[in-house]
Amino acid sequence: MPAFVVRRLARLLVVIVGVSLVTFAILHASGDPVALIMPEAPEADRAVLRQTLGLHDPLPVQFARFVGRALTGNFGNSFFHRTPAFPLVIERMPTTLLLTALSMTLALAVALPVGIYSAVKRGRAMDQLATGTVFLGQSMPVFWTGIMLILLFSVQWRLLPVSGWDSWAAVLLPTVTLSTFTAPLLLRIVRSSMLDVIGLDYVRTARAKGVSEWLVIGRHALKNAALPLVTVTGLQFGLLLGGAVITETVFAVPGVGRLIVGAIRQLDFPVVQAGVFMLAMIVVSVNFAIDLLYVYLNPQIRIR
Amino acid sequence: MAIGSLPSAAMPYADDLPRATSGSRAWRKFARNPTAVLGALILLSVVSAALAAPWITPHDPATQSLIRRFTPPVWAPDGNAAYPLGTDQVGRDILSRIIHGARISLLVGVLAVVISVLVGVTLGLISGFVGGRADTVIMTVVDITWSFPQILLALAFVAALGPSLVTVILVLGFTGWERYARVVRAEVLALREKDFIEAARAMGVGSVRILVRHVLPNTFSSIVVLSTLQVAQAILQEAALSFLGVGSGRTYPTWGQMIALGRDFVSVAWWLPTFPGLAILATVLAINLVGDRLRDALDPRV
Repeated sequence: MPAFVVRRLARLLVVIVGVSLVTFAILHASGDPVALIMPEAPEADRAVLRQTLGLHDPLPVQFARFVGRALTGNFGNSFFHRTPAFPLVIERMPTTLLLTALSMTLALAVALPVGIYSAVKRGRAMDQLATGTVFLGQSMPVFWTGIMLILLFSVQWRLLPVSGWDSWAAVLLPTVTLSTFTAPLLLRIVRSSMLDVIGLDYVRTARAKGVSEWLVIGRHALKNAALPLVTVTGLQFGLLLGGAVITETVFAVPGVGRLIVGAIRQLDFPVVQAGVFMLAMIVVSVNFAIDLLYVYLNPQIRIR
Repeated sequence: MAIGSLPSAAMPYADDLPRATSGSRAWRKFARNPTAVLGALILLSVVSAALAAPWITPHDPATQSLIRRFTPPVWAPDGNAAYPLGTDQVGRDILSRIIHGARISLLVGVLAVVISVLVGVTLGLISGFVGGRADTVIMTVVDITWSFPQILLALAFVAALGPSLVTVILVLGFTGWERYARVVRAEVLALREKDFIEAARAMGVGSVRILVRHVLPNTFSSIVVLSTLQVAQAILQEAALSFLGVGSGRTYPTWGQMIALGRDFVSVAWWLPTFPGLAILATVLAINLVGDRLRDALDPRV
């Protein structure tokens, strides 16, 4: 295995342990989680819960046990559902990933052409309109956008269901809502990546030798803008999942985000920990994959 | 190393003159832009409304009146001029609640960013300047923080610590610092190789003094721009926390909480969730406009 892969794997391992530590800390942040979970329960009941959670052991022991169990997908039983927390999260994962993927696709379908056009026609009316829309989009709270769409499409015009995930009509509003959060971000990245390469020598050379403008953009510029585009998009993946969590809550989409938010309200710590850990693992994997891809596509880094 | 750069290190105050000139040029560049001025004006009115809230609100934000519940905005057929933006499900005046909500949003936005700046800039300076093991450790912590969707981490910790205004500020502050660390570290790495730093070092200036007197001031414009934009982010995060029910408590109105309550009545009273959201949109947009022009004005590369 090449040295850079080994180095990156070691780093990955450290980050995973760190992520476990932060997830572990969620339960212990308050000092006495049992008092938080059952504020009015008699001391005998509290003692039982302390015993089940293993809170009598020293923190390092508890942490080692937590990591050991987390890596095998054991986060304990949900206080509320009374079943193991991990399967509850895994069951809902496809829904969250589908929502994220659908809205990413929709956002890219808008951001890619508009962003490229905006960069090529920098400073013109179209570009200013696009940049203005980006500003507007980035200033809207995503949950409010969702409610406004419900107000228009469900309440006013009665075209689409208010919530749920059981039909394509129900999928539409959450997807569009999350896209209004994602698209401005992507559009900005597309535009700036394109602007970075558009002024470079080889693009000018291609133009000078008479290659048609759109071929220059498509063949020479876009190809080189693609790498930073993928990297920056990957780096923002945590932000996108955060948006998905909020969107799921607004539309009662049965995904991991809604599960976690519900669990947080009920102080159902095993589910919160399992959900937060798994979403973080997705971000970690995406970043890792992009790192490797980056090195693979850019031999300069491999040599260094 | 260029000898020509020596005087600036020997006479630290010599560079004050050109800096002052470039500062006022940046200001003129900023003031010439109409959208930036518009943003600044919106921001100014939101801030003054928040400061003067107890004296300018037409009603007490908590006073309920069941006979006045669901009064639509003044321009609607059943509107009442005493309640310009209507009333909510228990008859509280929406305009007064929005004005009071501005206090929470601005307070959380500014204080959370202050914490993030203090933590992030310090760690970024150490990481970039000291390097070695300190850099590895700090950047690993940055990587770990970056692996969580910030809103999720904030949500979990605010709930675990018990929702309160202080908790929200602390949690948003301590989960939002890694951007500053990254930016400051990158700037320090670039600055470290500059001649004037090398010159200062050659003259025997101590590391801490170099860091504080020479490196830090050169990262100021990035920090100012980033902080401005991050206040907008923190306001959005606070609103999301309040919306999800783990905000600063139930006693004081917040914009996110008003939208959450309004969501349940969206089919009977559209104005409930709409106006608090517009307040967030206007405030965040104003900050983003100001921040963006600030970037253009302060960034010498543009």
